[in-house]
This record gives sequence, C-alpha cells and structure tokens, in this order.
Amino acid sequence: MRPARLALLAMLALATAIPAARAQTPHEEGIQIGLSTDAVSITAGFSGADLTIFGALEDADPQIARQGRYDVVVVLEGPARPVVVRRKDRVLGVWINLESEQFENVPVSYSVASTRPFQDITQPDSYKQLSLGANNIYMQPGDPEAPPTTIAEFTKALRQRKTATGLYSENVGGVRFLSQNLFRATVRLAPDVPVGTHKARAFLFKNGVFVKESSAQLEIRKSGFEQAVFRLAHNHGFFYGFLSVSLAMLTGWMGRIVFRKD
Amino acid sequence: MGIYLPIAEISVNILVLLAMGAAVGFLSGMFGVGGGFLITPLLIFYNIPPAIAVATGANQVIASSFSGALSHMKRGTLDFKLGGVLLAGGVVGSTFGIWVFALLRSLGQLDLFISLLYVVMLGTVGGLMLYESVNALRATRSGTAPTLKKSGQHNWIHRLPLKMRFRASKLFVSVIPVIGLGVAIGFLSSIMGVGGGFIMVPALIYLLRVPTNVVIGTSLFQIIFTSAYTTLVHASTNQTVDVMLAFLLMVGGVAGAQYGVKAGQRLRGEQLRALLALLVLAVALRLAVDLFATPPNLYSLSVPGMG
Repeated sequence: MRPARLALLAMLALATAIPAARAQTPHEEGIQIGLSTDAVSITAGFSGADLTIFGALEDADPQIARQGRYDVVVVLEGPARPVVVRRKDRVLGVWINLESEQFENVPVSYSVASTRPFQDITQPDSYKQLSLGANNIYMQPGDPEAPPTTIAEFTKALRQRKTATGLYSENVGGVRFLSQNLFRATVRLAPDVPVGTHKARAFLFKNGVFVKESSAQLEIRKSGFEQAVFRLAHNHGFFYGFLSVSLAMLTGWMGRIVFRKD
Repeated sequence: MGIYLPIAEISVNILVLLAMGAAVGFLSGMFGVGGGFLITPLLIFYNIPPAIAVATGANQVIASSFSGALSHMKRGTLDFKLGGVLLAGGVVGSTFGIWVFALLRSLGQLDLFISLLYVVMLGTVGGLMLYESVNALRATRSGTAPTLKKSGQHNWIHRLPLKMRFRASKLFVSVIPVIGLGVAIGFLSSIMGVGGGFIMVPALIYLLRVPTNVVIGTSLFQIIFTSAYTTLVHASTNQTVDVMLAFLLMVGGVAGAQYGVKAGQRLRGEQLRALLALLVLAVALRLAVDLFATPPNLYSLSVPGMG
C-alpha cells in the first residue's frame, strides 16, 4: 500500500515536473486567505463556533487543480502562553498533584482544517519541518535541565489534555475547493477559546510538496458587556468586588420584597 | 440555553445554574443555613474551576444571608454587639485565609486542600449533628423530654478573662472564644467559599450558650460581612469572582429559599437536623470518593504564577 502510494506520488511529481521545466520560468503558485472580519466577539450566548476562512490559489495550474492534486491545510493558532502540566500521584491513598513541568509559549488553542487526511497530503517529515499540526508544535520546556523522558511524557500529556478539552482540534475535510482557485476552510472555535490575537495560516501543497504559506490575523475578544466585566474585574478589582457585594445585597433585598408574606 | 461567563471564561447552561441555585436555596431556607457548603462543591462538580467556585460561592452567600438577616432584624432576634465582635475576628481570619489561598494556588495544591477541608469539616459537623439529632429523635419517641443542658451551667469557656456583656443574647462571656470563633469562620469562609453557618450555629449554641432564637439572626448578620469581605479581597487579589455566575445562583437561590422555609415549618427541629446531617454527610462522602478514586485524568493544566 505504502510503496504503491509513494510510487504514484513519484510518478505524479515527475509528470508535473516536465511541463514546469518546459515552461522555462518555474511555475510558482501562491495562496491568499481572507477573513470576513478581523475580530470575533464572544457574546453572552457563545458556546463555541465555526469560523469560516476563504482563500484563493494564485496562478494555479488548471490541470493539477482538476485532478485534485492541490491540498490546503488551514490552521488557526491562539495566543501563546506559558502553561504548567501537573501529574497526580497516589500518596497514602489520596491523589495529589506531585510532579509538574512548565512549558513556555504554548498556543492556547490550535485548530486545523485540511482538504484530506493528513497522512495523505504529505510526509510526516515535512509536517515536522513546517511545525504543522498539533503533534508537531514545539513545546519549549521551562526547565531545559529536566530529563528528556519526563519532558516527553509531559509534552504528550499536554497535547492530550488540549485535544480532550477541544482546544486542539482537527477537521479533516474542513477545507473545500469551491472552484479551481477558490477554497473555504472551516475551523472550530472551542467554547473556552482564549481571547487575544489569533493567527490564521494557510499552507498550500502541490503533489505532496509544500509550496507556499499565507497568514492573517484575527482578534478574538469578549463582546461589549463581557469585556467590560472582565476588564473591570482585572483593572479595578476592589471596585468590582464592591459592585458584586452590592448586587448580592440588592438581590437578597429584592427577594424579600417579591416573596414577602408577612 | 448557554451563557458565557466572563471571568470563568467558559460557556455554561443558564437553566442548570438557576436550578442549582433554586435547589440549594430551598435547602438553605429549610435548614436555616447559607448554603455555601453545597454551592461550592456543586459548582466544582459542574467543572467551574475551584478557585472561581470558592470566590463566587462567597458572593452568592451574601444574598441569601442578607435576605435572612433582614427578617431577623425585624423580629429583634439579632445581637449586633455579638455579631460585631465575631466580625472583628472574621476579618483577621479571612485575610489570613486569602493569603493561604493564593499560596496554595501557586503551589498547585489548592484543589486538594479545598476538598480535604470540605471532607473533614463536613464529615465532622455532619457526624456530630446526626448523632445528636438521632438521640433527640429516640428520646422523643420513648417519651422523655429532650434534655438540653441548662444555660446556667458553665464550662471552661466561661472562666476565661476579658468578659463582655451581650444584652440581646443575655450573655456575659469572655471575648476570647468569640473572637476565636470569628477568626475560624473567616478563615473557612475565604478558603471554602462558605458563610460558615453550619459551624457557627452549633458553636454558638453549644459552646457559648447563646439562646437559639438569637443564634441564626446573629450568625447570618456576621456571615454577610465575612463573605462580603471575602468577596472583596478575592476580587481584588485573585480576580476570581464571576458576578454573572453569582447572580444566576442568587436569583435561583432567593426564589428557592422562600419555598424551603415553608417546607421546613412542617418538620420538627430534630427531624430537620437529622436530614441536614445526612445531606452534609452525603456531600462529604461524594468529595471523599473523588480524593481516593483514581481520577480519569492524571494530568492537569494550569497557568503558572497565578495567585
């Protein structure tokens, strides 16, 4: 199966290389993506969403496009933040957080959409070179002295937790070609998608070879009210606390008026 | 119906929160406790981060205790002086508790400590209350009148110095145990997100011999301020109070409490105490199971340096 596919890829590569060589100037495709908005607001009713990203191929070879040999992978990467991974161990029968490992600059969220299953698009090595895919992002350990096995273990756990909570997601078939040049990508925003600057990137592959990359920025923020509450809580904590207390007292007092019988 | 919580930064079901508030409000109206000891574990079971559940629980408790204290004030069953002294201790206890809270959070042991404290406190209080109420139930069944100790009898607490007179409670007692009790309640309030009524009420009755009719009003009065103070400090140091979450719980809670009071009036005192004891023990047991059972996820993620 695998050698057969490799052979096929090789043949395809050969087949496309000849016309390219004949055309004197090497044929160079481009890729562009556009977001319908440069900011997404999280409102009170937000419970996760699908984000649609449109994109186009530039100077695409119509023949290759017809044969479906262009592949696109679109990534929406959340802001990078440090994270601590802790492991529970049993002490006297009770599960306690014992060992922990810190990682720097871990993307809080990472959603990928692709035209086809990842193993069909290109080789694992080129994903690694491009740091493309949740399993290929480099997680920089905070303590470089830590034993490599420990780091490997915690890195794996970090990816698993992120995937389990839906912050890291894959959407195979989430990129569709609408015409020969135009494509549409759907990436998933988790209900607890972090606010901040997200980076959308599109990778173009031709016959399993990486061609070009394009990126755009997207701001995810809380909508007016939620943002105001959040900002107040963080910038004016005491005043926010005072308001919370007043609201509680008001609610208690109103409750007595509404339900009073005596 | 989903709603996005601005501080917890997750989306939750609005109806679940209202129902949770109403159920706890019903029980708190029925038993005359704030209900914080139920709300905080329930929020944690519902995947709200424990740090936010605790701080928001404290905020929620204010509403129910304020509502209750108002009616006690009207009936004159509120000892402001006693409440004030308890409060002075409460502020000290809360401040210390919040410092411990931030420390444990940065060490990654906050969740464990909250759970352990809940299991120990609820287990002890629930066990004692069950023992006492079952004895009382047996006594009434066999026909003998329940023998509560006479308030004239004194124990070691009443021999301590620095005595103070509390007129509304008809009490002449040292301020040391009163302040000490206040400190303990304040500490628990800030770490567990509870008002502390379930500890305060028995302590005032059995240790200080405060007349029962004054106990609930006074306890509610001081809980308002302890939990208000806790909310303020959590809000300004840890930013963990989610006002949206607290408000939904309060609305459910205030409504539920009214029906709880009615239901409570149909039951006898010792029956009520036995039921409350069982409830407290059930929560303790549920939390204990979580401590000892193999967790579904051995690994957890958190943001470093918070707190």
